[in-house]
Amino acid sequence: MMSVLEKRSAVLLGAGLGMFVLAFASNAIVPLVMYRDLPEQTALEVVNQNTLYQLEDLRLRYREPFEQHVGQATNETCAELLKTGRQVYVAEGCWHCHSQMVRPVSNEPLRWGPVPNSPEYQNELQRPVMFGTRRVGPDLSREGGRRSNDWHAVHFWQPNTVSPHTRMPRYPWLFDGSPDKPNRRGLGLILYVQWLGSWLESYPAYEDYVPLKQQLANPAE
Amino acid sequence: MSDAPTAQPAAFEGPLVETRLVAWYFYASLAYLWLALAAGLLIGLQLVDGNPLPAAEWLSPGRWRMVHTNTVVYGFLANGIFGAVHWAIPRLLLRPFLSRTLSYFVFYAWQVIALGTVVGILHGHAQGVELGESPTWIDPLVLVVWLLLAVNAAAPILRTGGAMYVSLWYFLAAYVWMFLTTAMGNFLPEYFVAGTNGGAIQGLFLHDLVGLFITPFGWGLMYYFVPILLKKPIWSHSLSLIGFWGLAFFYPLNGIHHFLYSPIPMFLQHGAIVATIAVEMVVTTVIVNFFATVWGTGATWYRVLPLRWFYVGMVLYFLTCVQCAIQVTLTFQQLIHFTDWVVGHAHLVMFGVFSFWLFGIMTYLFPILLGVPWRSTALCEWHFWLSFVGIAVMVIDLTAAGVIQGFLWGALKPWDTAVEASHPFWMVRLIAGVVIIAGQLCFLGNLFFTWRDGRAGAARVDSHDA
Ligand code: HEC
Repeated sequence: MMSVLEKRSAVLLGAGLGMFVLAFASNAIVPLVMYRDLPEQTALEVVNQNTLYQLEDLRLRYREPFEQHVGQATNETCAELLKTGRQVYVAEGCWHCHSQMVRPVSNEPLRWGPVPNSPEYQNELQRPVMFGTRRVGPDLSREGGRRSNDWHAVHFWQPNTVSPHTRMPRYPWLFDGSPDKPNRRGLGLILYVQWLGSWLESYPAYEDYVPLKQQLANPAE
Repeated sequence: MSDAPTAQPAAFEGPLVETRLVAWYFYASLAYLWLALAAGLLIGLQLVDGNPLPAAEWLSPGRWRMVHTNTVVYGFLANGIFGAVHWAIPRLLLRPFLSRTLSYFVFYAWQVIALGTVVGILHGHAQGVELGESPTWIDPLVLVVWLLLAVNAAAPILRTGGAMYVSLWYFLAAYVWMFLTTAMGNFLPEYFVAGTNGGAIQGLFLHDLVGLFITPFGWGLMYYFVPILLKKPIWSHSLSLIGFWGLAFFYPLNGIHHFLYSPIPMFLQHGAIVATIAVEMVVTTVIVNFFATVWGTGATWYRVLPLRWFYVGMVLYFLTCVQCAIQVTLTFQQLIHFTDWVVGHAHLVMFGVFSFWLFGIMTYLFPILLGVPWRSTALCEWHFWLSFVGIAVMVIDLTAAGVIQGFLWGALKPWDTAVEASHPFWMVRLIAGVVIIAGQLCFLGNLFFTWRDGRAGAARVDSHDA
């Protein structure tokens, strides 16, 4: 005896197609409808004052490499550099050791700062979204402004010089031979990391925070 | 076998099973297994601060992390599954695949895909979707090859009349699922859907890949090989039906459980949690069916090595699913998400279950394919035991590490503290990994000598003919 459920058509269309579509509708279409009023922002649209400040800082700190790999410090070059940085972040698998998702539990907001919401992720630089899957290193969604650009440069060049017990790999190919000469990928990655959380009031979150106005008034310091 | 369809044998030319292709798939599978093992070793060394080659771009652990997972799925497991399916489907149908040329074409195309994925990732072209890291230029090719694979296998299945054996339900549905899953996961999050919604789709993709590709092929193969080796039919047909449809219904609904406590709407997260626990119920029916089948056959499951691989794999599958049902609860998530617990879970299911099943199938089929018995049954035993001990130690170790990491993070200890506390666990994990590698070395060596025996045998036959 063969029931309907064993028919070729049932397996092919019911299980194969039907069940897939059902899950797709509930797991993908439902949020899509919910976020229909939340259009994706471009990289240019998410460039903000804090990120531009970091860009300027990079320009002053690494004059020659910056001129060579970025050129002027404008909103457009900033957006392009952010995209490069995101690409490097993806290609190097940073997102397999770092999350970008502070959870509202386990004291995570105390450690890293405010819990992100959907609008924060609704932009070009989060396509594909970088939630991450594993934390060998800390969450980075509020990393921007916590460290200086040269800290990041040295850290990417050789992490254990600034963090002795780290397990983070070295990334010398983001530089032209020494940590004071980041190449385009290096500059991009530093800017990208500084961008994370730059849209928040609490940026930067570390203690000896100099208010942005003062920083802008005296960028060379 | 007793459950073969009742259809008339079809008229066709050439052999029923393209045994050479089955063997090729298995060789390719093992080659990628070794690549995956090397990648795992490198990451293991990086985590204990012992990476011997820390400054080479092409050897960056971050990239090899992606090579590791991608070769496990698309290189090792996929090739192994395709080989096994090329054996099982024609024998179930008494009809070969649609086209021999197409079969070979798909084989080559798949190797281009698997190798291209590795090279692309190492070259820095990875895409930001987990298990969809294959560079964007490979994705359309994958889609086309899935279609060809599906047509090649589904055509004979659909042409054969009569009742369809359980295995074929799984295979047929899986071909449809994989085409759709690939289309969804490789394109939507990359080109169309950003942010939270993209995350939901990524979760769905990741889960479908395991649940609608590897799992159905795996179970389909178990439904085929277990009755053959036990020489008795599966215990309950109704239970197989429940298992199949339960899996089809609940499994894909689990996707979002990969991102619990994310900004994805909470009611969707709750839905995924409930569906995950439901999958556990469904899995229980399948497990009961297989254990009722083996009931009364004494120690056969242990004596016949392929059966031992299968049944130990099933026990581990059950454990994985119990673990799923527990770790998916929000209470557990608070503690274990983002920790090594999850890494342990992934190894348990990918190695402890699906790799075990594949090793069982290979252990059974290689002597048939090569025409000679295994050179050394002792090495076969070593392969089993080293793999088993290795994975057991690794999973227990990583699970414990995850709990400790979770508590240290929650207690707001400096990040370094958790890294330092993980060190001994990462050492044990490295050793467990080396044990697993040793097991695979036994298998490889044994296979090499068996293959040579086969060649020598063939040469003797040839010279007799001459
Ligand atoms: C093997 C895992 C691993 C990979 C891959 C990795 N990291 Fe890390 N990362 C760590 C660990 C562990 C730490 C904590 C110790 C330290 O500061 O180095 C860390 C720390 C950091 C920090 C400092 C956070 C802070 O403020 O304390 C940043 C920024 C960072 N990583 C960025 C990156 C980027 C960008 C990449 C990719 C190029 C990357 N990491 C790849 C493991 C990793």
